Amino acid sequence: MSTDPHHDAGNGASGGAQGGGARIADAHTADARSGDTRSGDAPRMFASMDDMMANAYALEAEAAERYAEFADLMEAHNNREVAELFRKMARIENLHAQQILERMGWSGAAPAPRVPWRWEGMEGPETGDHADLHYLMTPHHALQVARMNEERARRFYAELVRRAPEGALRDAAVEMEEEEAEHVRLIDAWIARTPAPEEGWDVDLDPPNYTD
Amino acid sequence: MSSPPETVMQRVTAADFKSDYKPIWCPGCGDFTVLSSITKALAALELEPRNVAVVSGIGCSSRMPAYTTAFGFHGVHGRALAAATGLKIARPDLTVLVTGGDGDGYSIGGNHFMHACRRNVDMTYIVMDNHVYGMTKGQPSPTTEPDWDSKLSPGGTGLKVFHPLVVALAAGANYIARAFSGDPNGTAEILAQAIRHPGFSFVEILSPCVTFRPEQREWRNIVRPAPVEPTDDPVAATRRILTDDGFNLGVLYRGDRAPYAPPIGHPTHAVADLEKGFAL
Repeated sequence: MSTDPHHDAGNGASGGAQGGGARIADAHTADARSGDTRSGDAPRMFASMDDMMANAYALEAEAAERYAEFADLMEAHNNREVAELFRKMARIENLHAQQILERMGWSGAAPAPRVPWRWEGMEGPETGDHADLHYLMTPHHALQVARMNEERARRFYAELVRRAPEGALRDAAVEMEEEEAEHVRLIDAWIARTPAPEEGWDVDLDPPNYTD
Repeated sequence: MSSPPETVMQRVTAADFKSDYKPIWCPGCGDFTVLSSITKALAALELEPRNVAVVSGIGCSSRMPAYTTAFGFHGVHGRALAAATGLKIARPDLTVLVTGGDGDGYSIGGNHFMHACRRNVDMTYIVMDNHVYGMTKGQPSPTTEPDWDSKLSPGGTGLKVFHPLVVALAAGANYIARAFSGDPNGTAEILAQAIRHPGFSFVEILSPCVTFRPEQREWRNIVRPAPVEPTDDPVAATRRILTDDGFNLGVLYRGDRAPYAPPIGHPTHAVADLEKGFAL
């Protein structure tokens, strides 16, 4: 698989049929995004359990919203298989968000975080990046994107665990980290049974940036 | 059991502002998250779709009205501000947003841009700036760097770039900010402030075109919060806008000029009478 981090159209040039792929990184390496500010290196400490769980809710809800956007995008580009996979990921993240609401007895609340939820970086740790998509991507790539998102969420909670003093907040962070680690393992298993794409998966004889 | 915090409760949600039409932008386009920021800002302000109008011209980012449940007007190239001005004057009860790109707003609609700033009608102009005409295959726009070499501009245009924030300030815009599409919640916060601020608010959003300007993926690593507080002093604002490199994010000017809002008289003609004049 091409791991070329950039679409190789050059400076607005022809693009051609040579592909170039998306910024789909190898899921088993570190996060490919240079300068990624969402890796959970320094999450703020939470003042209360409500504060922390509201954060956890926002994290899941924003991830779900982004997966739904990805699914819409893939449908628009007629990549139905990947659209279906992203739709499934959106449902899973929404389920996680609902579980947090239920756990906290907030089930009557609206299913969306209120603006402004401010992250330490630009987006929530589990929110996917549009820049990681390619209109010809395969389910294998989509799962790698999902794995990166889950791994960032795991690292976010791991850092919380490392920094939190003993007590209920730390216990909750440990639980959340374990949950995210479990999600990473599940996606690893999913990737293992999903065929890797053949060489040239991103070749398009009529690419959108063709200007000749 | 505890009450949900303010961050979880929400009477109106961003989803209420998203239509069933699916955006057809390229994967990686910054406009996806700008759409998300707009809907989040409108929800945070607890507005309702029936009280909001989104007006646009032509271009990738001008597709925005179709993707919202607010009233929408997808007009002619470069004329969105003129249409929006008329709408806001006639219907001051509506929250009016104008969306578009750098080509639509600064080239074809450049003159409307200056005079919309000067008139200071209470509306918010959101420009998704990607320094290129994306919809028409990558021609240089007014904000394209002079040395940007491409098949459609071999060797670069050699032209000085248009500086929209300076022009907006000089022409009289009452609120000037810069945001980045990769920071959707920060952008939503700026947009909510812009919508609340009386008068003409101008928000330039750096929104990468990864199809024709793939190098703009690097913007994520270049942008940073402006190291200054918002000012209401146009001289200080001019100095900071003229000296920044185009990647400082935040509110750069917040004026206090009263918006232009002429009294609305009673209509002298029925709509049907007006239509008669255009009958073929």
